[in-house]
Amino acid sequence: MSDQAVKKSLFTPFNIIAALIILGGIPIAIMRFTQGLGAVTNLDHTNPWGIWIGFDLLTGVALAAGGYVTAAAVELFGMKKFHAAVRPAILTGFLGYSLVVFALLFDVGRPWRLPYPFMVNQGVTSIMFEVGACVGLYLTVLFLEFSPAALEWLGLKKIRKVVVRLTILLTVFGVVLSTLHQSSLGAMYLIVPSKLHPLWYSSYLPVFFFVSSIAAGLSMVIFESTMSHRNFHDKMDAHHIEASRHVTFGFGRAAALVLAGYFAVKVFGLALGNHWDLLFTGYGFWYQLELIGFVAFPCFLYALGVRDKNAKIIKFAAFWTVLGIVLNRLNISFFCFNYHLPASERYTPHWMEIGISLFVITIGLVVYKFIVTKMPILHQHPDYPEEH
Amino acid sequence: MSTSRRSFLKWVAGAGIAVAVPKSVQAHDHFEGYADSYGVLHDASLCIGCRSCEAACHEVNDLPAPEKPFDDKSVLNTIRRTDDTNYTVVNKYKEGPPPKNGVFRKQQCNHCKEPACASACFVGAFTKSPEGAVVYDESVCVGCRYCLIACPFNVPTYTYDDALTPKVMKCTMCLPRVKEGKLPGCVEACPMEALTFGKREDLITIAKERMRKHPDRYINHIYGENEVGGTNWLYISEEPFEELGMRTDLGITPAPELTSGALAMVPVIIGMWPVLLGGIYVINRRKDIIAKKEKEDAVAEMKAVTTAEGEEKVKKAKEQALKQQGFAVKREVKKALEEAAKAKDENQNGEEAK
Ligand code: SF4
Ligand code: SF4
Ligand code: SF4
Repeated sequence: MSDQAVKKSLFTPFNIIAALIILGGIPIAIMRFTQGLGAVTNLDHTNPWGIWIGFDLLTGVALAAGGYVTAAAVELFGMKKFHAAVRPAILTGFLGYSLVVFALLFDVGRPWRLPYPFMVNQGVTSIMFEVGACVGLYLTVLFLEFSPAALEWLGLKKIRKVVVRLTILLTVFGVVLSTLHQSSLGAMYLIVPSKLHPLWYSSYLPVFFFVSSIAAGLSMVIFESTMSHRNFHDKMDAHHIEASRHVTFGFGRAAALVLAGYFAVKVFGLALGNHWDLLFTGYGFWYQLELIGFVAFPCFLYALGVRDKNAKIIKFAAFWTVLGIVLNRLNISFFCFNYHLPASERYTPHWMEIGISLFVITIGLVVYKFIVTKMPILHQHPDYPEEH
Repeated sequence: MSTSRRSFLKWVAGAGIAVAVPKSVQAHDHFEGYADSYGVLHDASLCIGCRSCEAACHEVNDLPAPEKPFDDKSVLNTIRRTDDTNYTVVNKYKEGPPPKNGVFRKQQCNHCKEPACASACFVGAFTKSPEGAVVYDESVCVGCRYCLIACPFNVPTYTYDDALTPKVMKCTMCLPRVKEGKLPGCVEACPMEALTFGKREDLITIAKERMRKHPDRYINHIYGENEVGGTNWLYISEEPFEELGMRTDLGITPAPELTSGALAMVPVIIGMWPVLLGGIYVINRRKDIIAKKEKEDAVAEMKAVTTAEGEEKVKKAKEQALKQQGFAVKREVKKALEEAAKAKDENQNGEEAK
């Protein structure tokens, strides 16, 4: 390749922006670990959790649910025609969870002590203990589920064979662990009935989080397949392009059902909480916006798209559902948390907190791009036809 | 919490026991604080906002001296909360006539009987000591700050500016001093006896006695007797508690009860999901196998049919061939005969011509 060509392939807009964000993030990261959380965040004693928890952790985990949802659909529920979707979904799941843990390293005060809850002193009464244990184990499961692609790339056939044999076991593990921690993230807020707005607080929070994680997972898979179609078309073989159509309609139908179920349990929870009177306050309208605009509306769109065989509508519904999940998680961790306090005592993120969040996400995108370009994710490896 | 929801949780918990819940998960259901534990009664009607308790607290706990000295009354003009340099603060909530010149209340950790902070911490950094104090162990703390989130009174604080050894800061009820038989620093320092240290049960008796003696002076409620399951620090007041910046909507459900239902679900999910998923997998696999077999059978049959058809064709072809062969033979024979006849004729003709 001539120098000119190398330059051209390196200096794409994506690479330039990614490089800028990562370069900008490094000094903030250094500040965080030399001057403390106080120097780079707006956290305080009343608002101890900011966007690193509300966005990076809560939202990140929900959006990384595509891995277990797709693996379960294909490996356990026998929907083989979605087979081509498993690898990309597992990859995003694995990267998503890795990023969540990476972001946590910035947020917790003494990250090097993260193994303590398991090795030194187990706080078994804590919901967070459960979250931590499950996320840790699930990250391992995802790593194993993802490893065949890397092993094919490296040409390690024997190890790959062993791992592939474990597929079913790993998938079952993955679903159990995901059910536990997706719901537990909601359960973490069960302890704050006095701080979370009553329209969002419910003893069904774990159920809400679990069900919505399925919708999030399905939508993310549709969304990603759209994105990789656009950006990595040359990496996809005919098999995967064909499968991407199946996924759009099949997952779209499933998402319509799950969102309908989610809407139903939300309304059920609302009825049990008996806070109808609050529906017509400022927070009430915000709640209605979330419930109708970001649960019922995408549900309707999905159903419409499936009925009319219109992939465009389904793709838009997927995007809208993802936005809705982000909104929901931010409502619980941020907009509706400490709702009773005056604005002066509430939290707004520091720009450096946003900087670190972007930094983390960008690293994820760069790694994703690298893996998709190098490894058999969006196409089959010539040596292993029909196997995965 | 409505009754129906509570009974749902009970039911869920019951289902949990059915699949053998480890005792540790259930244990806190029975723990309701130590019977003989100590506490402090704060009589806000006696508090004059002198901040002697704050000064004493700083001294006994080696906390850094504040910017403005403790006798600077201007500090009382803003409402403060506990922070990483103050385990306790006294606020002025209302103006009032001399000699008190206002309505004040002291705040610090309430040393809950079933503490939310302890229930929330995933590394078990908080313990409820038999003396009644809720104490924090810095040596295991990871710094997730879930305890700050969980505390309904917004008590614990975090040293955000410490880069390498950040920690949670909160009132210890002066446990080290209590163990030595001394009074907590703030209690000892209070010139008005607005703070009384003693066995929690005795404090409740004292509070009730004061209310009985001066029914017109006190609100008929001991704050902390039942709030969030009961606290070891108790309050009585002449003003409604809301007006002293205290939340009266916290309910009486202790923190562990809020999460016990969800925790009890864990073994249910671990026990049931694999069985269910395994079942679904097996059914789908069977379906697949049957489908595969059906497909194979169909293919075999098709093959058989085609072979049969093929054989027939060959036979026909052979017959055809035979037939055609037959024709050919006949034709040849005919030809030969004809030729022979011709030859004969020619011979005859030739002989005749000779
Ligand atoms: S008041 Fe807060 S910090 Fe103190 S024991 Fe109760 S929950 Fe823990
Ligand atoms: S900040 Fe420390 S003490 Fe508080 S919950 Fe987290 S680990 Fe426990
Ligand atoms: S009991 Fe001790 S630590 Fe707590 S406020 Fe009083 S002096 Fe401070």
